[in-house]
Amino acid sequence: MKANSIRQPSSISFFRWLAPVGIILLILFAIFYPKQIDKQNIWNLFFLICLHISLGQSWNILSGFAGQTNLGHAAFFGIGALVTRTLWLAEKPFVVAFLLGGLAAVLFAMIIGAPTFRLRGAYFAIGTLAVAEVLRITVSQNITLISTLSGLMIANYDLPSRYYIALGLAIATTGTAYLLLRSTWSLGILAVREDEEAAQATGVHVLRHKLLALALSSFFAGLTGGVFAYQQISYYQFAPFNPVWTFDALLITFIGGLGTLAGPVIGSIFFIVVREQLAVNLVEVHQVIFGVLFILIVLVFPGGLVEAWERLKKLVFRKEPENVRIS
Amino acid sequence: MSIESFAQTLVFGLFVGGIYGIAAMGLALVFGVMKMLNIAHGELVMIGGYVSFWAFSALGLDPFVSLAIVIPVLFALGLALDRMVYRHIVRLLGEEKIKNSLLVSFGLTLVLQNLAQSIFTADERSVQVAYAGEGLNLLGVTMPYTRLASLLIALIVTLALNYFLHHTYPGKAILATAEDFEAAELTGININRVYMMTFALGASLAGIAGTFVTFTYGLSPSIGIIWTLKALIVIVLAGTGSILGAFPAGLLLGVVEAVSGAFVDPTYREVVGLVMFLLVLILRPQGLFARK
Repeated sequence: MKANSIRQPSSISFFRWLAPVGIILLILFAIFYPKQIDKQNIWNLFFLICLHISLGQSWNILSGFAGQTNLGHAAFFGIGALVTRTLWLAEKPFVVAFLLGGLAAVLFAMIIGAPTFRLRGAYFAIGTLAVAEVLRITVSQNITLISTLSGLMIANYDLPSRYYIALGLAIATTGTAYLLLRSTWSLGILAVREDEEAAQATGVHVLRHKLLALALSSFFAGLTGGVFAYQQISYYQFAPFNPVWTFDALLITFIGGLGTLAGPVIGSIFFIVVREQLAVNLVEVHQVIFGVLFILIVLVFPGGLVEAWERLKKLVFRKEPENVRIS
Repeated sequence: MSIESFAQTLVFGLFVGGIYGIAAMGLALVFGVMKMLNIAHGELVMIGGYVSFWAFSALGLDPFVSLAIVIPVLFALGLALDRMVYRHIVRLLGEEKIKNSLLVSFGLTLVLQNLAQSIFTADERSVQVAYAGEGLNLLGVTMPYTRLASLLIALIVTLALNYFLHHTYPGKAILATAEDFEAAELTGININRVYMMTFALGASLAGIAGTFVTFTYGLSPSIGIIWTLKALIVIVLAGTGSILGAFPAGLLLGVVEAVSGAFVDPTYREVVGLVMFLLVLILRPQGLFARK
């Protein structure tokens, strides 16, 4: 017992080092590894991972931190993609188009936010699903053409620069989520998630905190849509409004760990790598596998991979203190 | 628009509404009794449709006769799903239960839809019976026999469910469980069995709706979410918790969609239903027909 109590603090300081070092290594790896290999499919894989990190993390801000299960996330993603693509193809600088795409998503979110936040829990979920469907149907009825880049743009197309924008966005989204959790706002937001009435009773302005989480969530979802619009050579303008984008964000966050910072990052690395592997061999079955995995996570392991890792860590330390150095 | 074509629109709205009603009643039953929101309900409609389609193409059965196969198959599927998945969340409490059921059934949606896609392919299918074009002509309003029969069956099923819930022992056990599951358990009702039966009944109702879908709309693996949304709209209109109210609310939705399709633009038919749904949810959450 005595040996254990001495070892325990050393292991904690070890893990305190582990997190920042791991993050820096991960970022350096993400910056240099694709450049080293320099293959089309690697650039693509890394792009998809980064795109889904920001997608999942932005969903996580509203649904994981503030506890408002949003089934209409695709609406924000779609608006960002639509606005960015339209402005960018109209010869506006990409940065302007990109930021306006994010702001347009926030504007839409604020318009629908106040009324839909009158709904609680599952009613909020189906309400947002309905809002997103209304938007998807409206867009797909009015904009039926495929949006394609011009020949000149295709000739100058450069995937690595798209990838670095996606990587920057993934870091920015996760960083913002981190800063949000460090700020005093997070106390209110987490209180709303745990118990709305109790939060209200202790003086937390519930609607204001929900709207803050919604604004951040929709802003980054809109920017993610903008990156998607910037990367795609041609696609149907209504494709980003497809509920699949909501479902992917949901799957990623739950696989990784709902309401955790690392969850969406781990979740999307896992999700994209497994999906790309399965898509080669089993085209339709990969969704079935993810569906079953998702059900199992909700039923058996509500904390996802992050919780699995925590449990494993505890298990290892409690039973075999000798393993500290190895792990 | 002449009176006749307006009446025609109304009648077709009623026919469509009958299918909405029967699809939503299954969801309302599960929601009202088990207090779970089953997003995969539309998927059960889709599977019911495929069972009926299979009975038609492989066994040559008329869609209305195929109900004799569809109902037991979906009942069994409901039992299996309850046993494997929903049993684990039905004992959770309040908000957590409804949220988890939402998430789990969402996962189930992915599973069922993609399984259907790999088994039946993504091609759109439909059933054409020999008498599809024939119908009754009443004062210039055409009523195809197939539509008339499906509305009639929907009505009969609603009345039968009403009788079952209010006048038989198992039905009363279901209603008692819906009202207070703890008290029901104390009086000796096996509520696990009640939940299982409720879910299986809900699945059977979805199967009946699916059978009607095969010859009125097309059938493809991706129709699930459309029918889930329709059923959700209807149960919100009826007032959550009202099981039999789903039928008149379904008729209402059908008529509203048909009329708005005729007056505004057919492509916005879906939007009208969803907007109505949001308004009712926000302004009158107890539903249009609720007494309180």
